[in-house]
Amino acid sequence: MRIRLLSTVAAVVGLTLGAVAGAASAADPIKVGAIISATGPASFLGDPEKKVLELYADRVNQAGGVAGRPVQLTVYDDGGAADKAASFTKRLIESDKVDVIVGGTTTAATMAAVPLVERGEVPFISLAGAVVIVEPVKKWVFKTPHTDRMAAEKVMDDLKKRGLTKLALVSEDSGFGKSGREQTLAVAKERGIELVADETYGAKDTDVTAQLTKIRNNAAAQAVLVFGLGQGPAVVTKNYRQLGITLPLYQSHGVASKEYIRLAGGAAEGVRLPAAGLVVASQLADSDPQKKVVVEFTKVYEEAFSSEVSTFAGHAYDGLMIALDAVKRAGGTDKAKLRDAIEQTKGYVGTGGIVTMSAKDHMGLSLDAFHMVEVKQGDWALVK
Amino acid sequence: MFAELLQYMLSGLTIGAIYALAGLGFSIIYNASHVINFAQGEFIMIGGMASATLTASGVPLPLAILIGCGGAMLVGVAVAKFAVERARDASTVTLIIITIGASIFLRGLAELVWGKDFKRLDAFSGETPIQFLGASMQPQSLWVVGCAGVLIVAIGLFFNKTLTGKAMLATSHNRLAAQLVGIDVKRVVLASFALSAALGAVGGAVVAPITFSYTEMGIMLGLKGFTAAVLGGLGHGPGAVAGGLIVGVAEALGAGYISSAYKDAVAFVIILAVLLFMPNGLFGKRGAERV
Repeated sequence: MRIRLLSTVAAVVGLTLGAVAGAASAADPIKVGAIISATGPASFLGDPEKKVLELYADRVNQAGGVAGRPVQLTVYDDGGAADKAASFTKRLIESDKVDVIVGGTTTAATMAAVPLVERGEVPFISLAGAVVIVEPVKKWVFKTPHTDRMAAEKVMDDLKKRGLTKLALVSEDSGFGKSGREQTLAVAKERGIELVADETYGAKDTDVTAQLTKIRNNAAAQAVLVFGLGQGPAVVTKNYRQLGITLPLYQSHGVASKEYIRLAGGAAEGVRLPAAGLVVASQLADSDPQKKVVVEFTKVYEEAFSSEVSTFAGHAYDGLMIALDAVKRAGGTDKAKLRDAIEQTKGYVGTGGIVTMSAKDHMGLSLDAFHMVEVKQGDWALVK
Repeated sequence: MFAELLQYMLSGLTIGAIYALAGLGFSIIYNASHVINFAQGEFIMIGGMASATLTASGVPLPLAILIGCGGAMLVGVAVAKFAVERARDASTVTLIIITIGASIFLRGLAELVWGKDFKRLDAFSGETPIQFLGASMQPQSLWVVGCAGVLIVAIGLFFNKTLTGKAMLATSHNRLAAQLVGIDVKRVVLASFALSAALGAVGGAVVAPITFSYTEMGIMLGLKGFTAAVLGGLGHGPGAVAGGLIVGVAEALGAGYISSAYKDAVAFVIILAVLLFMPNGLFGKRGAERV
């Protein structure tokens, strides 16, 4: 009699515990880790990225999470230092045990994290620009922003349209700048553009007049391309106007943010750069499939933060959404299945363009996802 | 050819003027207390950040700079009182580490107060470049060199013509003797910190339109100011000024003629060379110890 009572009690307790445990695993959070350069020279890329990740993780949770599971976001600030990025990645993989990592604001931070995510077998969606991140393709590494090679190609196409063939290059010593320089050299050869100058500057330099003077005195130059990100290119732009150089000035998408225009001030007038549709959301044709997504994102961002949207915010949004969409398709957070699901993203309409990835293409954007824009009266204007 | 050289010289002199102010700050504090204050760069940063944020919220520029100056002076006195004075009898290395700690603390505090983004300060008299014999310079450069010049002359007059200045000079020559003639040495140390902070802050405000102000701007400026001070002979005011100009011009010429990638290295190569071959700097007195 007592044994039967005991076993019944045990069974009831066991079932209850099982039910509770079951309920807990149904609400098992999706652990998303992020390493962002919210401070430091890349802060105008990293700060909007951090804000967007936090905002959208919140919104998704308020709408019930993904398949009933809440999103648990862990964000670390690497301050723009690649070694810190590496140690934070280690922490995310080993002690926070995240399911997926979205981040790596700068190319340097991303490349520092790559060997760790490959070894730890955690899917990683990078927010940085250089093409080396996805070429050669690494099993666990993906990215959302357009590559520096695409930026170079877009700029050279625009040069050809204007009948210019001799380009002077000013590149930053950062990972993105160095990679951009290599890509520009390679693409120039393919497209028949001649590089007549190849100057470099430091990401934290406060004065670039020495390098620009050399370009000004170079009679062959017909246009100048600056490859850098964050505040360095703003200094270059100011010095450019100070020296009175009137050649067309191009920038890379590393400055596709209103912060660049604010820092460079009037000097940015007339500068052209390739940017995602997001920055000219209202100027896109209504038939453009991106228009709805970018207009919506712009509205949400500007309401939440009272500041203008930037492509970097968009890249973070795309990264998070692609990751969560893949969780849905993979039916869970099994890392291998999640990785496969990310690789199978097809026709995803994001702020950067329409994303279709494959085993050979871990970025999924084509050249027409880029639009050439020009700075007119302190705002972006689509160049038709 | 000449225009190119002139262009480099002009940009070198502009940034050199800031290094000169920073170096002067180092010298003044070193003279009064034999402490090398590595938080000097942060005084520059406070001046730049304060003026940028205050002008952005509508305060007129001269008032903003004054407030920034005043704030930096308060911070300087706080560093002197709570960090340096407490460790009065510690070894030189300990004191240096304490000031480095103070600078890291100030940077963190600045990040909390002002945020992490870059602040823009409008140039004082517009941005139309001035053409001069084939080289062009921003009008702001004239402000930088002009303000630095005025401040340096004012400091010189202060030390040589006013009683307080002479008291500070006396303390630097012989602390014990100064105490014996009734000079309050503790006050002198506080005053030296306040003075260096004020110099740095004005420098920061005047250079902000060129370099943008952000919380980490003090690191490099402080280190290069230190180079300037050592190059001129630690403790020698005019030497620090000369040192600053030399470092600035060397940097610009190096970037222009050798390679822009090694721009920052120039200052550090100079300091290594000075410490190895000429530890007393260009104008410093040879130290002598009585046995």
